[in-house]
Amino acid sequence: MNWTWFHKLASPPHFYRIAGRLAPWFGWPAFLLIVVGLYGGLVLAPADYQQGDGFRILYVHAPSAWMSMFIYSTLAIAAGIGLVWRIKLAHAVAAASAPVGAWFAFLALATGSLWGKPMWGTWWVWDARLTSELILLFLYMGLIALRASIDERERADRACAVLALVGVVNLPIIHYSVYWWNTLHQGSTITKIGKPSITSDMLWPLLVMMVGFTLYFAAILMTRLRAEVIRRERDASWLREGLAR
Amino acid sequence: MNWTEFLAMGGYAAFVWPSFGLTLVVLIQNIRAARRLHATAREEALRRLDAGRTQS
Repeated sequence: MNWTWFHKLASPPHFYRIAGRLAPWFGWPAFLLIVVGLYGGLVLAPADYQQGDGFRILYVHAPSAWMSMFIYSTLAIAAGIGLVWRIKLAHAVAAASAPVGAWFAFLALATGSLWGKPMWGTWWVWDARLTSELILLFLYMGLIALRASIDERERADRACAVLALVGVVNLPIIHYSVYWWNTLHQGSTITKIGKPSITSDMLWPLLVMMVGFTLYFAAILMTRLRAEVIRRERDASWLREGLAR
Repeated sequence: MNWTEFLAMGGYAAFVWPSFGLTLVVLIQNIRAARRLHATAREEALRRLDAGRTQS
């Protein structure tokens, strides 16, 4: 296989240009999908037989929780690649992902709290699912703080990569927490194997929202990466032409 | 279905709307933050390049 395209992509000037071109191609489909998903979730989906219209929080809660884990996986894979192959762009991906992931972890916790209050009668319980998601938020915040505390970029990259990889342990804990421990949190709605435990008119808006959120992240990541690439290449000669226009 | 009924969310309005509202605010805020980050990085780099040019 010919890998030149890959090396070309990893070169900062090319990446900077390509990321700029890609951002709207992720952003606009994300916008459309989120609008459609909101309409489907708030208007078209029938009320739940147990939770009434309260279950509709699912349409922002589950995609946020999904993103908090998806972004962490992206971050950890990028950090691992950065550590092993010393690809600077990979560390840039990890750095650019952390704040966005932190926001989604916050959203998952906040919307979960707003869902828990009417359904469980409490904003918060220290059970496995909620606690492990809170730890995920702290991991993100730890990564952001660690990066900010180290001046030398390469050392910061390496330290953050190690922390990110250690934190991966938390991902299966979050996912399986509802099966391993007795928890207030309901089991998963979309089972990976077999039939989802949800009717199709409730399911499709959820899937649309999840794809929309994922594309949204891709668009944000492209823009954040452009900033990251400029900062890392601050003295490179290509910047002169690259930033012109 | 009428608007009042829709907004009432079957009695869950106080929980459903803040969830959706908060999510939208965070999504929009993240777009603005990312754009601002890129714009400032770009301006800063251009300023440095200009400064370097006048020095040499």
